[in-house]
Amino acid sequence: MNLRSLIRHETFLALLLVLVLVVLSWQSDRFFTVSNLLNQGRLMTEIGLIAIAMTFVIATGGIDLSVGSILGLVAILLGVFWQNVGMPLPMAIVAAIAAGTLAGFMNGFIITRFRVPPLIATLATLALYRGLAEGISQARSVRGYPDWFYVLGQGQVLGVPTQLWILFAAAIIAAIILAYTRWGRTVYAIGSNEVASRFSGLSVEKTKLALYTASGFAASLAAVIFVSRVSTTRSDMGTGIELDAITAVVLGGTSIFGGRGTILGTIIGLCLIQALKNGLSLAGVKGDGTIMLIGAVLILAILVSNIFGRSGSR
Amino acid sequence: MSMAVNLPPVRPQTDHKRPGLLRRIVAEYGQECVVLAAIMLLFVVVTLVNPRFVNANNLVTIFSGNAYIAVAAIGMAMVIMTGNIDVSVGALIGVLATVAGTLAVSGYPIWFALVAPIFVGMAVNTVIGVLVAYAKIPSIVVTLGALSILRGGLISVTGGTWISDLPPDFLIAQKRLLGLPVPFLFMIVLTIAAFLWMRYSAFGRSIYAIGGNPEAAVATGIPVERRLVSVFAIHGAFAGVAAILFATQLQVIQSTVPPNLELTIITATVIGGVSILGGSGTVIGSTLATILFATIGSALIFINVSAYWLRAVIGLLILATVLADMLRRHRRT
Repeated sequence: MNLRSLIRHETFLALLLVLVLVVLSWQSDRFFTVSNLLNQGRLMTEIGLIAIAMTFVIATGGIDLSVGSILGLVAILLGVFWQNVGMPLPMAIVAAIAAGTLAGFMNGFIITRFRVPPLIATLATLALYRGLAEGISQARSVRGYPDWFYVLGQGQVLGVPTQLWILFAAAIIAAIILAYTRWGRTVYAIGSNEVASRFSGLSVEKTKLALYTASGFAASLAAVIFVSRVSTTRSDMGTGIELDAITAVVLGGTSIFGGRGTILGTIIGLCLIQALKNGLSLAGVKGDGTIMLIGAVLILAILVSNIFGRSGSR
Repeated sequence: MSMAVNLPPVRPQTDHKRPGLLRRIVAEYGQECVVLAAIMLLFVVVTLVNPRFVNANNLVTIFSGNAYIAVAAIGMAMVIMTGNIDVSVGALIGVLATVAGTLAVSGYPIWFALVAPIFVGMAVNTVIGVLVAYAKIPSIVVTLGALSILRGGLISVTGGTWISDLPPDFLIAQKRLLGLPVPFLFMIVLTIAAFLWMRYSAFGRSIYAIGGNPEAAVATGIPVERRLVSVFAIHGAFAGVAAILFATQLQVIQSTVPPNLELTIITATVIGGVSILGGSGTVIGSTLATILFATIGSALIFINVSAYWLRAVIGLLILATVLADMLRRHRRT
């Protein structure tokens, strides 16, 4: 753990974010307005929740590719439980989130019990969970939810989008857990040297199991917010969101090999991506040009961080 | 957990006699045999349920329709064997298909339109390889970035329009040679060539060495960085061939990236027995796995399972294969 290089990456990233914000607000006077920024926060929440859990997973040297599929599955289950099974909506929400959390637990179980590399295990469940979502939905979409449900994804609390409060709370709790608790230190220890952690008496398997379960839970929560925001349920929801989340985490300075990374970095990475997406679209650049730029920023950020912090790649 | 008790061998040791050919093949190519057995089992069962499964049209669909995935999986297998990964190959194939189609309809000679994607693919992946090998950026990060750049670039350049009015000579994937579909021939020839090259050439062996133990590879004098760049470049060439087979199988080229293509390719490679930790596996396995996927897809239609369940069945099968492979490995160690 090299604290100096860690600070350096985040400082560099924060400076980049400020630069981007300045350039973008100079480009368009519609960018740096309170309503626009809050609206961007709304759009950021789903990826954000997943990215926060993903930070923990990647910090242990693992990865979870199945989150997008869990999101799709939970969205479908929410609709099916409510409309086809006839559960009251609050119960349907709880049941769907429980199912998604169970899906995450399954990932953790396969990874810890059978020692399947996380990339492979979650690649397999990516196909499985998305397949279940498609099979259960049979290409039907569910809409017409009661009004109170939309408060979550479209409403405001104290002038701030509801889901942004959830993201704030999740980020703060996660940051405290990762930085200041024994459990958070265990995450870094596993990522730095799993074998040594096991011999030091740390509960490696339990920690990992808990993390993948938490990742499933975060994806489920994101699914409910997603459904509430777009007012409908479809089986292809969340396709590719895992790559967006991983991009935010890695851009935020978490080492893909594990052992290094912070929630603050992830949040800055997230804001940077969202600011680029929004600012460029306001400046008249098409969405696809923005995707290109995000890819380039990802590679460049890691390259620069590798050059300046010598412990960059590891 | 793998707390295997080391029991003494039940059979007496037969060191003086080499085991039979069949047993050696099963021991060395376990995963390939499992996949092959799964394909044969599926064929028998589905044919018993619905004899029309083995008609000529359907066999072409199974063995030729997904050939481009198998070709791309050959390059992917090499990359994964070195302990790296490439999540951008689906986007690259989309880009290269559009390059080929655009050249073909703007009056360039057909041969040029068919060869150019191979070189463009090599060029793109050389850049990726340099970033991985020399700039020491993890391959998943570089290719994640490349995925965005290629996907975004493709859509913003083409605007999502389709390329149609392709010249008939360009559509090589629809042609037949010696009575067999061209994509099928490409798949077979390239798989065998790559298999032999990786097994017997010094370069091919070094791919396994780099993935198996990079430090030992350096110590034995293998120029690891240069080899890594070459492997990525070769992977780009295979992506070029795959793109041509993909672009020429229909009358139009949709200027979008086939969704999740990279995951299908990676999955085929891994199910075929290439270890994600690097150092082991063969391209025969990845090709067999591609055929297995196509067989499952077709089988579901013939036994009247809703197409909506296709992904779930494939997912379940992947999971079962992976778990079986892990259990087999733990028993051995």
